[in-house]
Amino acid sequence: MLRLPPFAYHPAASLEDAVGMLARYGWRALVVSGGTDLFANMKQRLFTPEVVVGLRPLRELSYVRASEGGVAIGALTTLTHIAEDPVIESRYPALHEAVSVISTPQLRNMGTLGGNICLDTRCNYYNQDYDWRRALGFCMKKDGQVCRVAPKSPTCVAVNSSDSAPVLIAYGATLRLAGPEGRREVPAAEFFRNDGMRPWCKRPDEILTEVRLPALPAGTRAAYRKLRLRNAIDFPILGVAVMLQVEAGVCVRARVVLNAVASKPVEVPDAAAALVGTDLNPRALDEAADAAYAAGKPLDNTSGSIPYRKRMLRVFARRALAACAPGS
Amino acid sequence: MTVAPPKILLQLRVNGTDMACAAHPNKTLLEVLREDLGLTGTKHGCEMGHCGACTVLLDGRPVLSCLALAVEAQGHEIRTVEGLAHGPHLHPLQQTFAETGAAQCGYCTPGFLMTAAALLETTRTPSEADIRQAIAGNLCRCTGYTKIVEAIALAAERMREQAEHV
Repeated sequence: MLRLPPFAYHPAASLEDAVGMLARYGWRALVVSGGTDLFANMKQRLFTPEVVVGLRPLRELSYVRASEGGVAIGALTTLTHIAEDPVIESRYPALHEAVSVISTPQLRNMGTLGGNICLDTRCNYYNQDYDWRRALGFCMKKDGQVCRVAPKSPTCVAVNSSDSAPVLIAYGATLRLAGPEGRREVPAAEFFRNDGMRPWCKRPDEILTEVRLPALPAGTRAAYRKLRLRNAIDFPILGVAVMLQVEAGVCVRARVVLNAVASKPVEVPDAAAALVGTDLNPRALDEAADAAYAAGKPLDNTSGSIPYRKRMLRVFARRALAACAPGS
Repeated sequence: MTVAPPKILLQLRVNGTDMACAAHPNKTLLEVLREDLGLTGTKHGCEMGHCGACTVLLDGRPVLSCLALAVEAQGHEIRTVEGLAHGPHLHPLQQTFAETGAAQCGYCTPGFLMTAAALLETTRTPSEADIRQAIAGNLCRCTGYTKIVEAIALAAERMREQAEHV
């Protein structure tokens, strides 16, 4: 049987209490919200914290609050709650689409938005049990020295597998963090780093508390398209988030963000450049999809072959773009 | 760490009954239900959140007990497959699963029953798409899902009829 390694469990009495415990226990402690990612990884001995700080009692961090300035979502809001929220569905459809296709209904009832954003990066050579990894001699992300996917790579290339991440970047969301030195805000685009072992700018003693989505100008449309082996459960092996703003029939702003092709979501400025100034005719959409195809460089670290995922880049980018183009 | 943290007292409300036991804080709800409370109806499947065999209801919502800590389930209403029947009377879902042959080896069945029970409590007239979406997180490795979908639809129909006759 797969047991969790031993740990002491401390429920957080307040956010300040949780931040204080992280400061006190340092590297020996980890926070948990839904547990769907962390506990699975702990069963495989990818993490063995001495102390687990439970954030679940912090009900005050579970909310979707709409205002004129946008929408604020508490980090502990479950994915089901967000998927069922009518304001998110009508005003931020790409986020609705993304959270609705994360794993399974049971896991969405447990998993939170904060947990999905802080999902550990994934790799075929990392998300394995201890004996499997030991038989291979481990990898640099856990217990070993080299990257098994790209042996000459100085950094880990494990894949960002969060469906919400590319969408939040496309929408220009801001993330709020709380730490021992107070609170700070980070644009979603700057939160992620292209390093599979240190995939966020969040320090280990900081806790993600809130996601703020900006109010969107009229004519904004967005979509997310996800490729996975089994549509009932799997992590993305490719994701494409698109946000477009159209004024008088002309695209004035665009953002295209790819997922599951690097350790962070990859923004494609060339795709945006192919769209801005056009009337989003099929040829402009093709050019943007070509740019997404050129920018995405899948590695051999998820399911699905590299050529298949590479080929699907253009297909899924084109589908996400078509879903945003007027008249579609 | 050299010494495992001591056991803690857990107070859980399962199927409407308050239960208490002492267990280590790293025990999952699945392990406590089966090993400390003797409720072995909930099954160990993959234990990694992939299969849905360990599904229980937490405040009416299906969750995976293999990835939930027992200590965090305190203060919530837990329902397991043992709580479905009323005395000698099977839940309509248990009846229809048996009648339509929706259970083959039966290992995934408790998880399917709990997921389906939660669906029928919120959706009186589920479409086939509703049913398939609801059970998307439950794997059956014996066969396809046709009989399971039929059993859930039939149970929904009987529950509607029962509600009309009351």
